[in-house]
Amino acid sequence: MLDLTGIGKRFGGLIALQGISFKVGKGSITGIIGPNGAGKTTLFNIATGIYPPSAGAVVLEGKDISKLPPEGRARLGLVRTFQNIELFGKMTVLENVMVGLHTRSKSGLFACSFRMPWQMSEERRIRDRGRELLEFVGIPELEDVQAGTLSFGKGRLLEIARAMALEPKLLLMDEPAAGLNSSETAELAELIKKIRDLGITVALVEHDMDLVMDICDQLVVLNLGTMLAEGTPREIQDNQAVITAYLGEE
Amino acid sequence: MKSDKLKFLVFCLVVLVAPLPLGGSYLTNVLIFVGINSILALGLNLLLGYAGQISLGQAAFFGLGAYGSGVLTTVYSFNPWVAMVVVALCVAAFAFAIGFPVLRLKGHYLAMATLGVGVIANIAFNETVDLTGGPSGLSGIPNLSLGGVIFDTDLRNYYLVWGFALVMILLSLNLVNSRFGRALRAIHDSEVAARVMGVNARLMKVQVFTLSAFISAIAGSLYCHVMTFISPTSFGFHTSVELLTMIVIGGLGSVYGSILGALLLTMLPELLRTFHDYDIIVYGLLLIVMTIYMPGGLVGIPAALRRLLPAGKAKGGANA
Repeated sequence: MLDLTGIGKRFGGLIALQGISFKVGKGSITGIIGPNGAGKTTLFNIATGIYPPSAGAVVLEGKDISKLPPEGRARLGLVRTFQNIELFGKMTVLENVMVGLHTRSKSGLFACSFRMPWQMSEERRIRDRGRELLEFVGIPELEDVQAGTLSFGKGRLLEIARAMALEPKLLLMDEPAAGLNSSETAELAELIKKIRDLGITVALVEHDMDLVMDICDQLVVLNLGTMLAEGTPREIQDNQAVITAYLGEE
Repeated sequence: MKSDKLKFLVFCLVVLVAPLPLGGSYLTNVLIFVGINSILALGLNLLLGYAGQISLGQAAFFGLGAYGSGVLTTVYSFNPWVAMVVVALCVAAFAFAIGFPVLRLKGHYLAMATLGVGVIANIAFNETVDLTGGPSGLSGIPNLSLGGVIFDTDLRNYYLVWGFALVMILLSLNLVNSRFGRALRAIHDSEVAARVMGVNARLMKVQVFTLSAFISAIAGSLYCHVMTFISPTSFGFHTSVELLTMIVIGGLGSVYGSILGALLLTMLPELLRTFHDYDIIVYGLLLIVMTIYMPGGLVGIPAALRRLLPAGKAKGGANA
């Protein structure tokens, strides 16, 4: 599904990432873990086109997308959520999801200004689809609430609904459990599995080890901008290098 | 949806009857300029209030519309309606072309670049004396006419200008509550998130910039035919700031807020003639006070009051 080969990133003299290569298998849930400052979010930003990589290539389903802007990658089915929740705060919950349906609709400036019949029916279609997605993540009752007033947990769910609106092939989630309490995290785990069961590949950066060990099929461990290990959760748990990176040497 | 339609119909009715008690007095004349300023403010509000992109050069597009129509009808004897369409399309094409480099900039830099466009245009109006008459202005511009009716009285011009304004208000209301308008508001709230959602932010910004220039050019054409005389002072930096003040006072991101701001800022100077040379200071103070104490503008007052009442249920999405 997603193939990262030799990704490197420098910010001036700082080497944030170096020689990162791994594959995210189709239909899997891949976890990217590592101590703070390991470069996990930078890697996500490169994968989604927020920054260009200094070296290496990002390949989605055999197509090199390293040069595409974020909106181009979104159209190909590579969608992400943000660690600090990037909602459209002044818009309603339903409108947020409807923006997610932007790529699934096409009315332009003229059709929208003149309320062409096809634009009206498209509008109804995306409104209905938006409601379905709110239902899917479990917040249908909040559709008219202003997104900026949501709690962190609900905001996270909305972000997921909005991302799902793009019908992603690959969903990248940056610390989805950050700021959630334990019951919210448990619900999130169920939701992520439900998304995987729809045939969507998921990759997530996460600090919550219980969540990662529970839902991930494959783990990639980063440390100080390099790849430390790759394998199943069980293999990673027993990996001496990983234990050293997290707990330090005796 | 229903209440939006009702609101617009009521507004149409108000516009229709407003000049009747005035009996063609001086106030009707003022209301014509309220109409023209409403169109201009609406154009800027789509750009700044919805998409979050500032322009301090709106007067350039307004002036290009006015001078375009003025020159084409006086020097080249164009039919005024044809001239209006040709000029609006040319101004839109111009805005589209400069939009790509200019809208790469953000914040203060975008403000400076659009300010530059405004200054250059104003110099051009002053210096191309052969075409525009330079500082002494361009006179003898014909009135518009339609089916034998010549728009040569205040009352006729009032209905002409407000007819255009109402159509633009309706189209803008449609636009902001659609896929296109949602994408604009999304760019305003978080450009990164909008792009990750597949919104081509750069193209959308250029499109709305072009639209706002097109609207301003139409206002310019109307202005020149209503006035029959134009001079560069009407299309300077001062005008751009005035427009900005209108939408900040009326309400950023509100179609009706643009109209309210245009009404207030067109009427106020008429009432406060003593401020004449200091009005830019008054605008500055108004901008500061409004952004600090009333960021939602005048149309935001009911919502702000509702927030103060504990029983008020939080409800967003009022973007009309």
